[in-house]
Formats: sequence, C-alpha cells, structure tokens
Amino acid sequence: MTLEVLAVDDSRTMRNMIKMALNTGDFEVHTADDGVHGLEVLEGISPDAIITDINMPRMDGFGFIDAVREQEKHRATPILVLTTESAPELKMRAREAGATGWIVKPFDPNKLIKALHMVAG
Amino acid sequence: MSQDTDPMAEIRASFFIESEELLEALQDGLTSLEDGDEDGEVINVVFRAVHSIKGGAGAFGLEALVRFAHRYETALDEVRGGRMEVSDKALKLFFQAADHLSDLVRESRDEGELPTERSQELLAQLDELIGDDGEDAAEEEIDFQPAGLSLDLDLGLPGLPPLDLPVAEDAPTEAPGFNIHFKPQLELYETGNEPFQLLKALHELGDCEVEILCEDIPALDDLAPEKSYLAWNIKLTTAADAAEINSVFEFVEGLCTLEITPLNAAASAPPPLDLSLPGDLPPPPPTLPDDDDVPVMAAEPAPTETDPVPVAETSELKPEPKAEKQTKAAGGGKQPAAKSVVRVDLDRIERLVNLVGELVINQAMLSQSLEQAGLSPHSDAMNGLEEFQRLTRDIQDSVMMIRAQPVKSLFQRMSRIVREASSAIKKDVRLITEGENTEVDKTVIERLADPLTHMIRNAVDHGLEDTQTRLDAGKSAQGNVRLSASHKSGRVVIDVSDDGGGINRPRVLQIAIEKGLIPEDSNLTDTEIDNLLFLPGFSTAKEVSDLSGRGVGMDVVRTAIQALGGRITIQSEPGVGTTFSISLPLTLAVLDGMVVEVAGETLVVPLNLVIETLTLSDVDMDMIRPGVLSIRVRGAFVPVFDLGVALGYREPLEDNSGCVVLLIAHEDGQRFAIMIDDIRDQRQVVIKGLDENFYRSPGIAAATILGDGQIALILDPTDIVHQAGNAAPLLDPALVSGASS
Repeated sequence: MTLEVLAVDDSRTMRNMIKMALNTGDFEVHTADDGVHGLEVLEGISPDAIITDINMPRMDGFGFIDAVREQEKHRATPILVLTTESAPELKMRAREAGATGWIVKPFDPNKLIKALHMVAG
Repeated sequence: MSQDTDPMAEIRASFFIESEELLEALQDGLTSLEDGDEDGEVINVVFRAVHSIKGGAGAFGLEALVRFAHRYETALDEVRGGRMEVSDKALKLFFQAADHLSDLVRESRDEGELPTERSQELLAQLDELIGDDGEDAAEEEIDFQPAGLSLDLDLGLPGLPPLDLPVAEDAPTEAPGFNIHFKPQLELYETGNEPFQLLKALHELGDCEVEILCEDIPALDDLAPEKSYLAWNIKLTTAADAAEINSVFEFVEGLCTLEITPLNAAASAPPPLDLSLPGDLPPPPPTLPDDDDVPVMAAEPAPTETDPVPVAETSELKPEPKAEKQTKAAGGGKQPAAKSVVRVDLDRIERLVNLVGELVINQAMLSQSLEQAGLSPHSDAMNGLEEFQRLTRDIQDSVMMIRAQPVKSLFQRMSRIVREASSAIKKDVRLITEGENTEVDKTVIERLADPLTHMIRNAVDHGLEDTQTRLDAGKSAQGNVRLSASHKSGRVVIDVSDDGGGINRPRVLQIAIEKGLIPEDSNLTDTEIDNLLFLPGFSTAKEVSDLSGRGVGMDVVRTAIQALGGRITIQSEPGVGTTFSISLPLTLAVLDGMVVEVAGETLVVPLNLVIETLTLSDVDMDMIRPGVLSIRVRGAFVPVFDLGVALGYREPLEDNSGCVVLLIAHEDGQRFAIMIDDIRDQRQVVIKGLDENFYRSPGIAAATILGDGQIALILDPTDIVHQAGNAAPLLDPALVSGASS
C-alpha cells in the first residue's frame, strides 16, 4: 500500500532529504515550503500522514498543525513534527498543538519510515 | 533525481547552495537591524537562517558547523525572545559570527581546514554577550551533538517517572515477554494516534495475545461516541527488550494508561503506573471514526476495580514561554513578495548562450548572402530579415538576462571586507551600498570580486583619514565608503567612493618622479596625476600596512577590469573624497562592433569606444616628432596610432590621406585616435575567446566569426595604444599617460 505523505519544510535541503528517505516506492511524497503553502497543497490531496517543520516563515509548524486540525477531514490525520530540538517542552508543545509524534533532525531515513508506519499504517 | 549520480551528494550540493542563500538572508536581516528596523519578523528571519543551516549541517554530520550555528542561534534567540536588546556591540558580534558562519559553510563544502580557533573565540564572545557562563552551553552540547542520523527516542518527559524503570531492572532474560495494559485517553485520538497501529507495531515484535476490555463502555444511551472507553491487555511474547516496547508507545506516552510488566514478574506486579495527563478531559468533539467495531452492550458499566488505580501525577506541562512564537500572520510587511524561480544548471544556460551566438552568426551570413543576391532593401525578404534581426537581438537580451544576477551577493562580500579591514586598522567605517539589485552577468560578478575587494581595502586604508584627522577636518568620526551599482547607457557602472581626504596629488607626483615613472619636469593635469595610480609598481603607502600593501597595485585592478571589457576612472577632490568608477559591458558574450579594414585584414573595434570617425586629408595630420603623429580635432591635438603599424601589418605609410581615423574615448575623457584603411560594417558580433587556445596577444581582445564565415580579431584599442606607447619611448608620457598607462 502506498502512503501519501505531505512534507512541509522551508529548507530545500530538508525537503530533498525527506523525499530521498521516502523514495522507496512505498510513499507518494508531496512537499510545501511553509505553513501557508502547506495548507494550499493540502486542499488538493488527502495525505495519510503529514510531516512538518516548526520554524518556518509565513506560518510556522504550530500554526499549521492548528489549521490542519481545524479541518474536519484532518482531525485524525497523523502529523509528525520535525524538530532540531529534542527538548521535552518542545515535544509537549507539538503535542498540545495536536501533533501525533515527532522526529528529531537530523533523522535516520529508516526511523522516519518506521515512524510513518507507526502512525499511518 | 537522475539515476547516475549519488542522490546524497546532490542533496549535499543543494544544501550548500541553499546555505549561500540563507547566509545572504542573514546578512540582509542583520543589515536591516543595523538600520534600526523594528519589524519583529526581521530577527525571525535571521534566526531561521542560522537555524536552517544548522538543521542541514546536522544531516551531513558537519559537526563544527552545527556546533557554531547552534550557539549563534542561541544568542539570536535571546534577542528574538525579547530578553536582549540589539546593542551596537551585539550587532557587531552578530555580523562577525555571520561572516564566520559563512567561512565554516564554505570550508565544510570544500572540505578545507576549519578555523576552529576563531570559532572558539567567537563562541566565547557570544556566550559572554548573553551572559552565559558556559554551563548551559556544556549541557546543551550534549543535547545537540549532531545525532549522526538517529531518531531521538529518549523518553524523558518532565515530571513523569521514566517509563521503563519498573521493567528494565527486573526484566528476565530467560522468559522473554511482557504483559501490557493499555488504555488510551481521548487526547491520544485527538493527536491523530491510532491504537490499531500500536497493536500492529507490537505484533511485529512478537506473538501477541490481545484482550479487549470493554468494561467501561456505558449503556447505549449514555454512550458518547467520541469518548475513549476501550482498553487492551496484551500478552506479548518477544525477544525485544523493554526499550523497544517503550519506543512503540513513544508518541502516546502521557496520553494513555500504560503498564508494562515482564511476563514472569506478572505475579509480583509493580504498582501500576499511570501516565495520564492530569486534569479534566475536554468535552468530546463531534465524531471520531475508530470505534465502529466496538461491541455495544447494554450492560452496566463494569466495576471499576479492574481499572488500575491511578497514581496521582500532577505535573504542569505548560510549555516554557520562551518556546517559539507563533507567526501565523502572513509575513512581515517589508518582505518582498516571493518570486517563483526555477533552478537551472549553468551548463544549460551556457549552451543556450552559445546557440544564440551561433544564431547571430548565421543570421549575419544569411543577411550577407541576401545582399549579394542583389535583393532590393525594400523587398519582403529584406524586411523579413530586419524583423529576424530584431528578434535575434531580443532573444539574445533575454538569454543574457538569465545569466544576469543582482550584484547583491558581491556587495555583501564587500561589506564583510569593510568590517574586517576597518577593524584591522582601527578605523570606524560604514559601508553604504546602493543599487544592490542591479543585474550583471554572473561571470562578471565572479571576476569582479578580487578587484573590488582591493578597491574597497584601498578606500578604507588609504582613502579615509584616521579618526582624529577626520574630526579635525570637521567630518564625522565614522568614515563612509559608498558602493553603488547602476545601469548607464547599456553598461553597468560600479562606483566605489569614500569621503576621505582625496588623492594627495603632490605626493603622488613626487612618488612617481622618485620611482622614475615619469620625467622630473613633467607638467601633468590633475586627471593625469590621478591616473599615475594605475602605473605598475606604484604604491603610495608610506608604510606597507598588512591590509592593502600586498604589492598588488591599482594596475592589477585595472588589468582585471579591462579583461572584463571594462574601464576604470578616478574622480577625486581634496578634502572631500575619491570615487573610482568601473564601467562594464552588460555581457561578455556579444559585442556591438565596427568592422574595419587595415592592410587587407578585417578587424573589429568595440563600437562603444568609438566616439567619432574622420576621413583624413593630409592637412589634418601633424608629425610632432618622428614616428609620433597627431591630428587636430576641433582645436585639440589628439595622438594618432596607425593600426597597421601597431599590429605589424605594414610599414608606416608615406601618405596618410584617404585613411580613416577612429576617435577613441578613454574613460577619463582622454582621447586618442587609431588610423585604419576603411570601415566596412557595423554589427553585433559574437565574442569567441582566444585565451584558451592561443597566447594572449597584445592589443587583441578576442575573435569573432563574420557573416561570410571569415574570422576577425576583436581589438582592444587601449592596449594597442599602450603597446605603441612602449614601442615609441620618445613619446611624451604626458600625452599618453591617460590613454596608455
């Protein structure tokens, strides 16, 4: 089963890393440059999981998660937060914002895949 | 992503390109802050730039870069969080750190030697700035060790007991397996987690006996569809250890009641551990899909004793106020709207440029053969050709536009040069840049970096007076160096000016005489004296400072500018300042040329240098001395060089009448003339470099292919005059100093 994933990150490098990590044939990856763009992209797709960065221009990760969760059809869509900080309070904030889980950058491609399967099947 | 290249290497390369952009944004942001921009978004942009570099660097294991970026970011975060004011001192340090960061990025990219000492020095200053005694840094260091590509699995939530304690210590080795009691709370569903996936993940670790506990399900009437009623008991037979089991529940930790007990220790089960969040559950939201298959039993709620007794656990889990500020609103007002861009490999553009070059040549050939066919200039074919020519020119301009880049990146490098140069010699200097968005051919920008660096250093070192002299002269203590770029009549003009003391002409003259560069009795105009600075081997610095006195003079700068088809001139006013102007062609690929004939050879003279053409009658020409000719043009004497002689095509002519003279303007207004036999055409020519295959011949800039397929050399008239001037030692240097040296 192919999982459809939306990855939102303002860093091109990071987007490419994610694309490469998920380039196993099991994933269909869409990308967006920031929260606002992410919401636009989201209008056209129904991803099985969303990966988002926190620190982004225009709309940051927390704002993005809020906005996604407000949408009825994405109330239960798994959202993984990409963060360089592993500080516990940051994880708590991500969770309070409605994130499903988190991945600490730099990430191991296998772990990313595992985490995606963990939340999205 | 193409298959024949290593995708990782490609991403790595793209990381460095992106880093350059981020560094540019960083410089921009810091400059805005320096200008007193109060917009809160600016510091966010600055922070994000450093943050993103850190993130990418971590992915490639660039430890030194990560470490520096991290602590730089920490300092910036202090400002961002409003805990620190941006003082001048802080800003200066931030600029230095930004410079250093770009060093680190470049060294990392080129796998060069990293300036670790400088890192330490700056980090110490950054720590000092934010009043950090280093303890935190050491602690964070652990946190931010580039994780070497690992997923963080630590489970340390604040205020919650470590999850694995009850099991880890008495986990049996011989009877592997665990009993797991799992009861999700509502938040587990709300954050998009799904018990089914967790059970599946457990199943992958070993054999599971799963028992669903429906005791909590209320009577149908009381059933709130979104509430969490279910719980599971799982007996997992596995070789996996507790940590692995815990990792399955990492994301739901704190969102459920979870007990994990080793199988054989089940009898002496440790007190249940409740990881639920404290406080009341929020009212259930409308619908949640999961529980379709729940057997709905019309039974009383099961007795509660099967529930583990929750251990009261009340930890405040509010995030620290310092955590990221939400910036939901779309962008700060000052940011220019994002442009949509495509990245193209430079090779492809080069190819396109070459093709357009071929097109120009072909079109010239076509036009020539149509003419030879004797078509009337008013025929449809000729009209069509004219249109074709116009389109070709448009295409050419557009292609050149692709290669064009704003000079901004170049200017940013220069602002760094000013910072370093001024701090090295303890002058307070501010660089003002104008016209950063002026676009210039990429190659020109790259090759402009060295000469411009030298000129900026000169301006700081020699151009500006020291602080005391400035104050005595009634000027501000802070010296100004202005760097500006603009488009002027088809050329790019870059000015470097300072508000220093101007060129000390008596001293320049004296040095030139002392060094034997000019005769002692020379009587030079101000402009001519200024131009002495461009003579090889000229240096005014009384003491060689380690800054600009590296034995590289302005002559090298001029040579570099000329190699780009550019010209450089000086304007200076005592006590007010000096301006160096560089004028450059927009492109290096195509040239408007005048096709001329000398001694049967076809040559091309860059059209923009020719200000006037004259046909000679012998009356106009005077011989000042043997071998030195001059003509009188509107009352002024202008030296004349016979191109045929200068290039060695022929001996000097007995009779020059009937020859054509091209009046060439030098940048500073000096003029000279070159004599040719005839003018054949005026057209665009494609520049074909010769340097790669031939030695650089004096006076020849490049070559081109004409419409008839013939190859013609493109002249560098200034260089020709220079050579001719050397060849004629009797020539009065005063006459040619502006033109030839």
